[in-house]
Amino acid sequence: MADAPMHQTHGPSWIKRNKLAVTPWLFLIPALIFFTIYVVLPIFESLWLSLYEWNGLYDVDGNSTATWIGFQNYVKLMDDPNFWTSLRNNIAWLVLYMLAVPVGLFIALFLNQTVSGMRFYKSMFFFPFVISQVVVGLIFGWFYNPDFGVVGTVWKALFCEETVNLVGNTTFKCARPVPDILSSEQWATYGIIFAGLWPQIAYCMILYLTGLNNVAPDQVEAARLDGAKKWKMLWYVIIPQLKPATFIAVVVTVIGALRSFDMIAIMTQGGPYGSTNVLSHYMYEVAISEYGERYGYGSAVATVLFVIMLFFISYFLWRMYQDEKGTR
Amino acid sequence: MFPRPIEKSTPTARFAYQAFLPFALILWLLPLLAIFLTSIRSATDINSGNVFGWPSQFQMLDNYTAVFTQSEAAQYMLNSVLITVPTVAISVALACLAGYALAIYKFRLALPLFFLFVAGNFIPFQILMVPVRDMSVQTGLYDTIAGQFLFHAAFQTGFCTLFMRNFIKALPFDLIESARVEGIAEWRIFWYIVVPLVRPALAALAVLIFTFVWNDFFWANVLTQGEGAKPITAGIRALNGQFVNNWHLVSAASLLAALPPVAMFFLMQKHFIAGLTLGAVK
Repeated sequence: MADAPMHQTHGPSWIKRNKLAVTPWLFLIPALIFFTIYVVLPIFESLWLSLYEWNGLYDVDGNSTATWIGFQNYVKLMDDPNFWTSLRNNIAWLVLYMLAVPVGLFIALFLNQTVSGMRFYKSMFFFPFVISQVVVGLIFGWFYNPDFGVVGTVWKALFCEETVNLVGNTTFKCARPVPDILSSEQWATYGIIFAGLWPQIAYCMILYLTGLNNVAPDQVEAARLDGAKKWKMLWYVIIPQLKPATFIAVVVTVIGALRSFDMIAIMTQGGPYGSTNVLSHYMYEVAISEYGERYGYGSAVATVLFVIMLFFISYFLWRMYQDEKGTR
Repeated sequence: MFPRPIEKSTPTARFAYQAFLPFALILWLLPLLAIFLTSIRSATDINSGNVFGWPSQFQMLDNYTAVFTQSEAAQYMLNSVLITVPTVAISVALACLAGYALAIYKFRLALPLFFLFVAGNFIPFQILMVPVRDMSVQTGLYDTIAGQFLFHAAFQTGFCTLFMRNFIKALPFDLIESARVEGIAEWRIFWYIVVPLVRPALAALAVLIFTFVWNDFFWANVLTQGEGAKPITAGIRALNGQFVNNWHLVSAASLLAALPPVAMFFLMQKHFIAGLTLGAVK
């Protein structure tokens, strides 16, 4: 047995014989190297850094100035009110962002017709998803503006009386003051989530439109002959067939909710008084933009977010694994 | 088809549906329409409170040229292109190779590696932020175009590999089997048989990655500092500070920033949607 390969010295080379075992690695190596350097290793580095205190600087010899402090960053987190506000807002995002799934389904059902011009309508409804969240944030920041935004203008029309004084200046007398949504500690987060829902609903809608396109027509007809009507048909026949679309819609919505950063950075920068912060934005604030750079503490915040996400990722991967087993 | 096709309803219902559609659309796109109207107004209109009414004068050309002449917008746009295009090329190419390996060869690590790429694609950016920033500073890639596209390419490889692997897996395996029987080299099978067959997937990925990376804001802030390497999304925020209360200019700049992905979407709609909804049907 041990000298078996020796008999083949005159045969094809080792590479040739193990062709099917070696080739996949040749194809994989470039992607794996890239992915390892920029994604896999940094994850572990961050976990490690969260046990240090570090301002990101190096001494003259090029050694990092980080000092080991064990779990102290995490102990500090427990007493950090900003951390808890961020976590609470993350939960609000997760829960409210989920509205995108049923609303997306509803709009998809509304648009799933074949009258002329329907293609145009479908793509226009999808439009908000294509625009960068930075632009969506700016649009809604302006939309909510109490002085000249859409909300302010509508409010003035409904609750305010316009008076022109002797000098000719226009002033408004309002029964109720115009709401400044993004400056209100109570409402700002909901204002941002509402803005975030706009593109997310578009995404869920397009997933459901594709799903509806592939619903088996014979099953729908059979159910119709059995007397299934609207809601019953939707609930018992259509929604079960839309399961793959629903799964993806939930996945992208969870990820989107936990990744929310752009709109917060654009609309409120976490304010007023940190009331709209979420973990992803708080981490950025602590690590780079606040007073001095606190890499260690920021990494601890990132680790908490990562652990929350890991919980969801494991579930998604488990579901994918079940599907993979099914196809084999 | 569900819901029941409107053609089979009464003519009244059909008419009502078709009449309602434009209203629904205007309501849905109201924020966008409002900002478009703002972008073609004059400053006096906005200051005098004429936000919804008919613009007193149309300044579309003036406003949009002002964005370019009064700010670094042209530089930012160019940077965005220089970051986005190499990202698309690198990540799609790498994923094509990796996806082929993971879909065609049966080896024990195939599924774990595939899941590694999938999982990497879902993680929060913040867990990568400090090490990637530190590494970029150490290697001189901080505040450069290359520093951004190298990172984006690596990160997007995860999504691209997920996509390519599933696409290649759905190809008829007999094709590869019979080519192997003929004695064709593995890399030739890849290049002459698989690559031509995955063209639609390449197109879909290219438009998606273009849009994702063009719209990136987080990494633009983490990996750049000056005007030289900032893409338009981060640039817009700078403009926002520069054009305080000049909402007509901010609006025009925002719409300009949104334009390339929008154009990409309308030109390549079929591929774009096919890419986004991959896996939404069994």
